[in-house]
Amino acid sequence: MLSRVADAIYWMNRYIERAENYARFMDVNFNLSLELSSGISEQWRPLVVTTGDWALYESLYGKEKKDKIIYFLAFDPENPNSIYNSITRSRENARAIRPELTKEVWEQINYLYYLVKDGLEKKRWKKNDPRNYFTEIKKGCQLVYGITDATISRNDGWHFGKIGQLIERADKTSRVLDVKYHMLLPTPEEVGSPFDIIQWASLLKSVSAYDMYRKKNGKLTPIGISEFLILDKIFPRSILKCLTQTEQSLHIISGRTEGYSNNAEKQLGILKSQLEYVDIQDIFEMGLHEYLDNFQKKLNETSTAIFETFFSMENIINRN
Amino acid sequence: MPKVNFDKYETTGFYDEMFESDKSVRPQFNLLKKRLEKMDWKKLNFLQHSTDRAQLSLGMTFNVYSDNQGIERILHLDILPRIISSSEWDYLEKGLTQRIYALNLFIDDIYNDQKVFKDKIIPKELILSSATFLKQCEGLKPPEKVWAHITGSDLIRNSDDQFYVLEDNLRTPSGVSYMLENREILKRTFPELFEKLHVRPVYNYTHNLRDMLESLTKVTPASIAVLTPGIYNSAYFEHAYLAQQMGAELVEGRDLVVKDDFVYMVTTSGLQRVDVIYRRVDDDFIDPLIFRKDSMLGTPGLFNAYKKGNVVLVNAPGTGVADDKAVYAYIPRIIKYYLGEDALIPNVQTYICDEEKDLKYVLENIHELVVKQTDASGGYGMLIGPKSTKEEQEEFKLKIVNNPRNYIAQPTINLSRVPTLTDGEIEGRHVDLRPYILYGKDIKIIPGALTRVALKKGSLVVNSSQGGGSKDTWVLDN
Repeated sequence: MLSRVADAIYWMNRYIERAENYARFMDVNFNLSLELSSGISEQWRPLVVTTGDWALYESLYGKEKKDKIIYFLAFDPENPNSIYNSITRSRENARAIRPELTKEVWEQINYLYYLVKDGLEKKRWKKNDPRNYFTEIKKGCQLVYGITDATISRNDGWHFGKIGQLIERADKTSRVLDVKYHMLLPTPEEVGSPFDIIQWASLLKSVSAYDMYRKKNGKLTPIGISEFLILDKIFPRSILKCLTQTEQSLHIISGRTEGYSNNAEKQLGILKSQLEYVDIQDIFEMGLHEYLDNFQKKLNETSTAIFETFFSMENIINRN
Repeated sequence: MPKVNFDKYETTGFYDEMFESDKSVRPQFNLLKKRLEKMDWKKLNFLQHSTDRAQLSLGMTFNVYSDNQGIERILHLDILPRIISSSEWDYLEKGLTQRIYALNLFIDDIYNDQKVFKDKIIPKELILSSATFLKQCEGLKPPEKVWAHITGSDLIRNSDDQFYVLEDNLRTPSGVSYMLENREILKRTFPELFEKLHVRPVYNYTHNLRDMLESLTKVTPASIAVLTPGIYNSAYFEHAYLAQQMGAELVEGRDLVVKDDFVYMVTTSGLQRVDVIYRRVDDDFIDPLIFRKDSMLGTPGLFNAYKKGNVVLVNAPGTGVADDKAVYAYIPRIIKYYLGEDALIPNVQTYICDEEKDLKYVLENIHELVVKQTDASGGYGMLIGPKSTKEEQEEFKLKIVNNPRNYIAQPTINLSRVPTLTDGEIEGRHVDLRPYILYGKDIKIIPGALTRVALKKGSLVVNSSQGGGSKDTWVLDN
């Protein structure tokens, strides 16, 4: 398929996944903020830190303020990663590759666009409880996944879209887990306290992992949760599962069944096997935050390799 | 809630497509009228409103050039259809077929034998001085000698009940996607009328288009691409729509690369050859090595690959020369010259400012005439005499005198009117008619068209860039 088109499908899916994740983060954090006992302040800053845009937020709005943060993450045209911008850019990409999509997929993405455009125009962040809005966005994005699955052939385009979605998902799961590092407990004694537990539970909910985690482990423990979100082999949002699926799609595109035939496969294969041969104790010894930080760097390198292998026209023309 | 009625509807002064001057309904509109009169106004307005929403959700939007990028508008679709009887259509079909045959013979002649000059049918200087004449195309022989494969002629109906060809649009006419999508929407608006009326279907258009494109190459299976300037182009929706409906690749100039005079697409698995390009990029921009050097929309080397016969471009470069508004005046003579027949559909009387007698007439009567720039389109660069101020007229006179070759003038024509829903009422609005003609092995015209409507009361400008909308056009079976 056309390199430009593959690139656009990849980003179209990444942006939808990003928007869905943001919508879920906000919904969960809003919920969490309603359950705090006295003496504990709401925590919105970690949410922005997770997305990597704290510096931008500070330069625009200064101090941590709940309504400003909701605006910044969901609506702000100045924030390149806001839900508004993610959806707009996803649709922009969808428009550029309209012939690759089915009518149903296009109409759903188009619908989402009008939803966020309307949200911005009607100043939805000024409503007391924005959770309905976030639920609408979340469901709207999930509908895109569903319709894509049900109407698009498993051609290269589908796999490039899947790769975009999975890379974004792995990135977001690692960032959500890392947020716990930035969440402040009032005193060290609070570790394992009801408040600590509530935070871990909400963290699971942020990545739609609460139910499946409970089914597998029952008890909420930091080590159990970290293991589940990083190393679980069958949970669709765990980092390892995302990478395994990405590798499958890369193999289908290249026609290989194992090993690698291009740099994208090579980088991804290395990263995946590093996860396959590590256990959670190793990770905790290294330090969870350090481990996740390092993982995000390598994931970025992999995504660069994907760009250079498939999307960069200059590279492709030079190779042929 | 009162029912829809036509009591206040005015038919005087113009040809009305739906009513005779005594307000009796023309037969092809009979059922529509009955249907409307059974409906209350609220329902009618609701149907119109749902149509606007349907267009947004389909993404039938366009960017207006003067707007900022990112501002999208829909082309307003008026739900009241324009209906054409089968005998009217037969006449148009014959007339257009004749015209397109002759025009293609003409274009092939000017780039090859130039007999038309030697026989003094049209002055050689007029052609050679046209900005749309491409010297680089001299000696080219496109497959089947067809140059204009896709045409969208603009027709109008004057108060004398006669259709005229107003423009030939031989370059990259747009709007066909609206013809197709308008139909899809109207089938939802008036399903019961479609059941009873025997409206001839238009859905075959994209099949015919693909067949026509494939017929131009010997390669099978042919690799076909639609070349678009990109998502900010006002017709982007159409480019994407046609590519999708035909199962062709939608490419931009930067997706293509020319090696050893063959054209390739850059794909994730390397380079892939392209055999036929339906290009929606203007001649000037297709190849920076040959035409405009600053073009970012084209592909270097494309023209040479075309010249060598390694890729087919649709339409062929250079067709614009027969689209020049000064050349237009000669078309009846051109038809006579190549086919030995009189033109079935007449031209609008045209004054060529480059000819002394005509120039004098135009300058003296500018307040009654429509003046057009010969190389402009889209309703830009024109003066409508009766609607202009003295200053505007003087300004245009000066422009004409400074560059007479660049201007023609025509009498103001009272475009026919069709009932149109405006602000909850039904009033007559002026329309034109743009059917789409395909020419590969033979000429095919889909029984349908885009009817463009000037939404502003009294306005005669139907262009989408100037506040025009559209209507679905129903051609009836016998």
